[in-house]
Amino acid sequence: MDITFEKVDYTYQANSPFEHKALDSMSFHLPTGSVTAIVGHTGSGKSTLIQHLNGLIRPTNGKVRIGDYVLEPKKKPKHAKALREKVGIVFQYPEHQLFEETVEKDIAFGPRNFGVPEQEIQKRVAESAQAVGLRADLLKRSPFELSGGQMRRVAIAGILAVRPRVLVLDEPTAGLDPRGQKEIMDMFYRIHQEQQLTTILVTHSMEDALAYADQVLVLDKGKKYMEGTPVEVFSQRQALQQVQLDVPEMFQFLLKASDRFGKPVAYQGQDVERLAEQLAALAGDPNE
Amino acid sequence: MHAIEFRNVSFRYEEDQPYVLRNVSFQVETGEWLAIIGHNGSGKSTIAKLMNGLLFPSEGEIFINDIPLTEENIWEIRSQVGMVFQNPDNQFVGTTVRDDVAFGLENRGVPRAEMMERITSSLEQVRMHDYLLHEPYRLSGGQKQRVAIAGVLAISPRVIILDEATAMLDPLGRKEILDTVHRVQAEQQIGLITITHDLNEVMQAERVLVMNDGEVWMTTVPRELVKKQTELQQIGLDVPFVSQLAHALQKLGVPLTEEPIDHEELLDTLWTLHSRK
Ligand SMILES: Nc1ncnc2c1ncn2[C@@H]1O[C@H](COP(=O)(O)OP(=O)(O)OP(=O)(O)O)[C@@H](O)[C@H]1O
Ligand SMILES: Nc1ncnc2c1ncn2[C@@H]1O[C@H](COP(=O)(O)OP(=O)(O)OP(=O)(O)O)[C@@H](O)[C@H]1O
Ligand SMILES: [Mg+2]
Ligand SMILES: [Mg+2]
Repeated sequence: MDITFEKVDYTYQANSPFEHKALDSMSFHLPTGSVTAIVGHTGSGKSTLIQHLNGLIRPTNGKVRIGDYVLEPKKKPKHAKALREKVGIVFQYPEHQLFEETVEKDIAFGPRNFGVPEQEIQKRVAESAQAVGLRADLLKRSPFELSGGQMRRVAIAGILAVRPRVLVLDEPTAGLDPRGQKEIMDMFYRIHQEQQLTTILVTHSMEDALAYADQVLVLDKGKKYMEGTPVEVFSQRQALQQVQLDVPEMFQFLLKASDRFGKPVAYQGQDVERLAEQLAALAGDPNE
Repeated sequence: MHAIEFRNVSFRYEEDQPYVLRNVSFQVETGEWLAIIGHNGSGKSTIAKLMNGLLFPSEGEIFINDIPLTEENIWEIRSQVGMVFQNPDNQFVGTTVRDDVAFGLENRGVPRAEMMERITSSLEQVRMHDYLLHEPYRLSGGQKQRVAIAGVLAISPRVIILDEATAMLDPLGRKEILDTVHRVQAEQQIGLITITHDLNEVMQAERVLVMNDGEVWMTTVPRELVKKQTELQQIGLDVPFVSQLAHALQKLGVPLTEEPIDHEELLDTLWTLHSRK
């Protein structure tokens, strides 16, 4: 589903001393089938932005289009439930979306709520739990008696079980161990491609933005600050540092290496092994 | 003096459940920074909760500043341990940011005038002073983490435990907050324990405790830890970018004698090799 923001403002606690404009004239377009990374400093408006995508909040001014659904100020959206089924959001803190007695019931909640047949629900629960690497013996536990990373996995499984068309992930790898981070991101990417989803990834990991996104949207104080492919965005280190961000570690290293050896070592999508070959050549072949 | 010592600690959440910690022993010196890493569910947060007496060992003993932790002295000891939880929502008690930071100070009987000073300086240190009268639950994810850290800095504890407390911060913010905590730790000779999945953060600590499935897998220094790339990957962990790169270079026959701790060290070595040609 195509997603468009047209001059969207969002104001918290309007007409109070705490009034705060969290989104300021935000416009952008995310084509169907794309992965977009949204990055930005603490409090820049990322979580506020994504809460528009399934109608949890509506713009104060402007318009949001998600496929055929339109969100406008003050108008209760039609088909709100259908929109929530189509757009699955994994929240920043998993506790915010866990509430059932057992992990199993929690994962089943979404599909049950949207009227999926019971037999199919069981199948989806098992599939989703496996996709996020949850041990079977945890399914009968209370979701609140889990470790942080285990809770994160349950929250993700609950969204996957609904089979949304738009996948919205707010810091999905925070709290996951290094293997989990890689496995879960690869899993999202596989599902994204197999089911041709539209995916939005909010992240502080510039590495993930580089590895998985087609386009990167940079926010600063509620405004769009920059937009482009990962390579376009990450070739502007100074501009990113001005808004509390940085380039991926690979880019940081390449800049320092270029500096040290006095010749440019450019980013060409190389992995660690390829970079090692380049550096070995720079340092001088030891076998000569 | 040991800021913290675990002696053969085992723990299970219920009598009829399996142990989630088995025979865990380690020490943190006063003024030392220890990082704890381990796969999801390996027992890190359970260790943290045992350290400040939220949980009690099923077996074994815990010492804080060389004093054994008991049900009797728990309040006294807890006042010396400042902890930031994995999810800051679990620790907010005040209705405003200011009240929240004040709460810990009131509990410790800090006089009114000094309280205001400490609230101001700790919130300034994490750049949240502008939010003094905001409600904690209305903050962004990263702002909540900053306020939770201010709450701990304000009480000047003898031990600080950060359980993935910077996971929601932007890249520069994370560096800045960690530098701040590290500076306070060094100045006041506090014992600092950071639980983290951030491999670069681990490299800044003095020592590392690796947990695996409820047991201590290894206690070591970062430079030794990164030699174990394959073994760490087998238990769900990894080594930082610079170590991966160094190991790839070694495979190509580039003679690196020491494990680099950061980009600069690796580039220095490569430059030296280059200049010798
Ligand atoms: N419920 C709320 N009421 C009032 N203000 C809010 C509320 N939620 C967020 N804000 C404010 O709106 C701004 C944007 O918050 P948002 O949560 O969208 O940021 P974010 O980019 O997701 O940040 P982070 O990376 O820290 O999660 C912040 O200044 C925050 O304090
Ligand atoms: N309240 C609880 N009741 C029962 N079991 C629990 C409870 N909290 C945690 N556990 C279990 O204890 C084990 C250790 O959990 P702990 O939270 O210490 O892990 P962790 O290393 O902090 O993991 P993470 O990296 O995911 O935060 C896990 O298997 C978890 O499921
Ligand atoms: Mg957020
Ligand atoms: Mg934990």
